[in-house]
Amino acid sequence: MATVPAAARPTPLLDVQHLSVTFGGETPAVDDVSFQIAPGETLGLVGESGSGKSVTAFSILRLLQPPGRVIGGTVMFQSRNLLALTEREMREVRGAGISLIFQEPMTALNPVMRVGDQIAEALLVHGKTTRAEARTRAIELLDAVKIPDAARRVRDYPHQLSGGMRQRVMIAIALACRPPLVIADEPTTALDVTIQAQVLELVRELKTRYNLALLLITHDFGVIAEMADRVAVMFKGKLVEEGPVRDVLRHPRAEYTRNLLAAVPGATRS
Amino acid sequence: MILLEVHHLVKHFVRKQGLFRPPSVVKAVDDVSFTIDEGEMFGLVGESGSGKSTTGRCILRLIEPTAGEVRFRGENVLQFSGERMRAARRDMQIVFQDPYSSLNPRMRVGEIVEEPLVIHKLGTRSERRARVEELFQLVGLDPSFVQRFPHEFSGGQRQRIGIARALALNPALVIADEAVSALDVSIQAQVVKLLLDLKERLTLTYLFIAHDLRLVEHICTRVAVMYMGKIVELGDTNALFANPAHPYTRALLSAIPVLDPDTPRQRIELDPSSFERDAPLKSVGVEHWAAV
Repeated sequence: MATVPAAARPTPLLDVQHLSVTFGGETPAVDDVSFQIAPGETLGLVGESGSGKSVTAFSILRLLQPPGRVIGGTVMFQSRNLLALTEREMREVRGAGISLIFQEPMTALNPVMRVGDQIAEALLVHGKTTRAEARTRAIELLDAVKIPDAARRVRDYPHQLSGGMRQRVMIAIALACRPPLVIADEPTTALDVTIQAQVLELVRELKTRYNLALLLITHDFGVIAEMADRVAVMFKGKLVEEGPVRDVLRHPRAEYTRNLLAAVPGATRS
Repeated sequence: MILLEVHHLVKHFVRKQGLFRPPSVVKAVDDVSFTIDEGEMFGLVGESGSGKSTTGRCILRLIEPTAGEVRFRGENVLQFSGERMRAARRDMQIVFQDPYSSLNPRMRVGEIVEEPLVIHKLGTRSERRARVEELFQLVGLDPSFVQRFPHEFSGGQRQRIGIARALALNPALVIADEAVSALDVSIQAQVVKLLLDLKERLTLTYLFIAHDLRLVEHICTRVAVMYMGKIVELGDTNALFANPAHPYTRALLSAIPVLDPDTPRQRIELDPSSFERDAPLKSVGVEHWAAV
């Protein structure tokens, strides 16, 4: 297994070292987890329910709700330790530095706000634009995520959009401030397979266009195979395996990864 | 031997007239026909809103169909009286998708599994208890758990309880409506193995309703693909997956993520003008039909 020496790799955009998170129980929810993401790279984070993958993402953005709290480690992003920032500094990072796409667009979007306003809000809270510019940008962003007739759709409410379109709106909001890193937590899990294919295609395209790095959290190895450059496997709070996607899928080293891959229907035949 | 025949099944839901909107009709199931042989694992696949769950529920008359015929062992169950239909459901059971909402949270799991026996007035109390224990063992649960409540179990265990309840009356046909969709992949594999194992041991026939095509390809002998209330393609699983004939099936199969990062993606977009919605199924190969 050829591993790239640390020196040969570009400076990581995100460098998580020895992250540990507890919810007060005996075993930590995240236990000494370390990984890096280079600019423009996609890291797939896989695991089953309760493995700690979403908790890891929330810890990076410091969005953990009590009793959850980080008990160790560092999260270096653009050479700053996010865990040491003030809440005010952290607000600057969220959205402008790292943004988040959730699984359930219907619960993540505000049901009583027009989607255009929700995109514009992301720009306005970071004080980057005037209201008029924000409106123009909202239409551009809806257009960028391939929502037809964007100029009219900005006036729609979330319930007027289909599940796939709502997820596109979420992506537009996430990209509004041009963050170098996007964390996507099961972004296509709630979608039908044909809609999932369209959304994944869109994400791939936007990644190239904006040179985005992506932390893609999913339980679906098929999505990982299509999207990720490298993959990290979590089990019971620990990172059990990490490596280039081809190596991990073809020659999984950890027993847990092998079992997980074997459980995927039809995996053994390909 | 044919166990279940569905002929020209139709279910229309009427949206009532609003103050500013005329009444409209949703054709949830629109002239659906298929047959299932005894001992078969028949897959019914489609995306949200395709009508696959409504079809399953119409067969059991949990939703009353608008028109058509559902023959179980030759008899049209749609003409049964309420009482006769309840008796017929001893032979036709359903396992639901969500193990969190399909079990009564205030009942002990032993009671949940026993309830069908009580409703159908089968056995004495001690015979029923013995049967519940037997069912727990059958689905791989410890019989000493009967006094517990659903919230004390994991998703996979709850689904086993739902399966035990469905099997309590010794049915011939089990409709599994997205029965493993909500489970993690390793748990899903265990429950699928249980379903296959039970099929052999109890000579069950399954109507397996699912949106996961990889899973259906893996376990079903024949499969029907639904799109907007109609079956657009039906056939032997291997034939259908190897040579999908309908544009929708092609688009659907091409959308499944492939586990190999080096397999080139050839995504096919569905062009709605490329097919006739009302085209009848016609033979496109051995044991393989498509509405083209």
